[in-house]
Amino acid sequence: MSEVTDRKTPTVGEVSVEAAPERLSPRRLLYYRMQRHFGFKVGLGMLVFVILIAIFAPLLAPYDPYTQDLPNRLIQPVWSDSGSWAHVLGTDALGRDYLSRLIYGAQISLVIGFSAMIISGVIGTAMGIAAGYFGGRVDMVISFIILNRLSMPVVLVALAVVSIFGNSLFIMIMVLGLLLWDRFAVVLRSATLQVRSIEYVAAAEVLGSSVPRILFRDILPNISGHLLVVASIEMAHAILLEASLSFLGLGVQPPLPSWGLMVSEARQFMFFMPWMITIPGAAIFAVVLAINLLGDGLRDVTSPEGRN
Amino acid sequence: MFRYALKRLGLAILVMVTVSIISFALVRASGDIAIAVAGEGATNADIEAIRHEYGFDRPLVIQYLDWASDIAVGNFGQSLFFKRPVIEVLFDRMPVTLMLGFISLGFAMLLAIPLGTAAALRPNSIIDRLCLGIAVLGQATPSFWFALLMILVFGVMWRILPVSGTETWKHFVLPVVVLGYYVIPAIMRLTRAGMIEVLEADYIRTAKAKGLNIGTVVFKHGLRNAIIPVVSLLAVQLGFMLGGSVVVETIFSINGVGHLALVSIERSDFPMIQGIVLILAILYILLTLFADLLNGWLDPRIRVS
Repeated sequence: MSEVTDRKTPTVGEVSVEAAPERLSPRRLLYYRMQRHFGFKVGLGMLVFVILIAIFAPLLAPYDPYTQDLPNRLIQPVWSDSGSWAHVLGTDALGRDYLSRLIYGAQISLVIGFSAMIISGVIGTAMGIAAGYFGGRVDMVISFIILNRLSMPVVLVALAVVSIFGNSLFIMIMVLGLLLWDRFAVVLRSATLQVRSIEYVAAAEVLGSSVPRILFRDILPNISGHLLVVASIEMAHAILLEASLSFLGLGVQPPLPSWGLMVSEARQFMFFMPWMITIPGAAIFAVVLAINLLGDGLRDVTSPEGRN
Repeated sequence: MFRYALKRLGLAILVMVTVSIISFALVRASGDIAIAVAGEGATNADIEAIRHEYGFDRPLVIQYLDWASDIAVGNFGQSLFFKRPVIEVLFDRMPVTLMLGFISLGFAMLLAIPLGTAAALRPNSIIDRLCLGIAVLGQATPSFWFALLMILVFGVMWRILPVSGTETWKHFVLPVVVLGYYVIPAIMRLTRAGMIEVLEADYIRTAKAKGLNIGTVVFKHGLRNAIIPVVSLLAVQLGFMLGGSVVVETIFSINGVGHLALVSIERSDFPMIQGIVLILAILYILLTLFADLLNGWLDPRIRVS
């Protein structure tokens, strides 16, 4: 569980420490290091690109992603012999434009990943900070809850819950949000333990600051680096899990253009039309890679060793 | 050591009890089980009779205690679909899933530990960068997609490996690679981090200064200490893989517990689902217990704190 706090983990494009100019304000120094971090820039660029696609999907998509056109089903993409520019990536088994579905799929992945990350982040952060700050019995109870959560396989529990409550976008988000908080809790608990023993927290306590004030003004800002890193990991995790569950037929429901669902629907044609599984799969891969690169980069640029 | 083991064992039992309560509550939340048991076309009188016969009309606490005491002696109830005891079906399906899990873990270790060690010996070298590349790309690849790509390349384009079933060892190659690749990045990163830390230690410098050859230093003095955190990770990953086997077993048509879980959910076979979740959770708890005890034995500092 120490993988996040572990500075020795390699990342794409280490920050070069020695070259940083002196006497920059912390904020300027952070920007400076972000600009020099290759993995961070690539990840950020890719993620911004996907977010823009998701936001402007109605403008970018050439067709409606739900309109079926049975006479024009399973059209080949433009690079094959019988393909045409009318459907750049061809059509699926119901004649729906594949490119349009791919573009709208970005919305689903990002919405699920982001919402699940926020829910699990709130739960996990609250538990982690409470355990780390109060210690004693509170820590014991929370650590026990974390242990219980860890002993239940995520995929199986998600499958069971979805089979009981049905599958919809909302339930998918809730299930992932309520399952993926463990890493937040574990990492932020140890981060809080470290920060708690620093003098300014003791100073704030002596000055008579209220507990919420200490937690929000003194503790939270100082563990925000860890928080962002875990948030990126869990967002990527949620997107991968949604894709897997949708692939198994227990994630979001058709006709929503989830990328995992698109791979699942195209599976029966994969031997004749392999692009139908490679393209949506590559889209999932690209989004998760972008978020992971961004998270690794954040860990590097916020780590204290790099600071002068 | 004995006190540490006893404390750890008590905790494991507590977790098992909590997990069983959650698993019990989850199925009860799914709606009226009596209707599910009665099946289609049952009259209200039938449902009422079943409710009484199965004891669904008793208080929940009594039902739980009754159910839990059955579980404790290995009675997981009757599968609605197979009309056989759940435990029998699980015993039929467990070996292939466990075998797949252990072989995949072995495959992952065989690749990840040497690579992680090599990367740690020369940080920022080409081999380190290569390992990092594998880890970053591997963590972003959805396993179901990776499995389908493997089928396309090895099963369809080159036709050198079978893509479904479990008849020969060749049938296991693709599932093992897919399931193993899943855990390679984590093991590799932890081995590398642990190894770098250990290699900086004073006793390694002493060993080098004594003029021991580098192989002895790295493998006898270094790896043995660096591997301790990897041991607990392996247990966690094995539990994780048992869950991940749902995807792999479904794609490669392997008749194991993972595939059984998926079809049981589609069939609403609730005693079966409950049994699978419980048995996998218990396996995971035992694995982490075993890893913790092993760690306590390997590293005396752990059992004191």
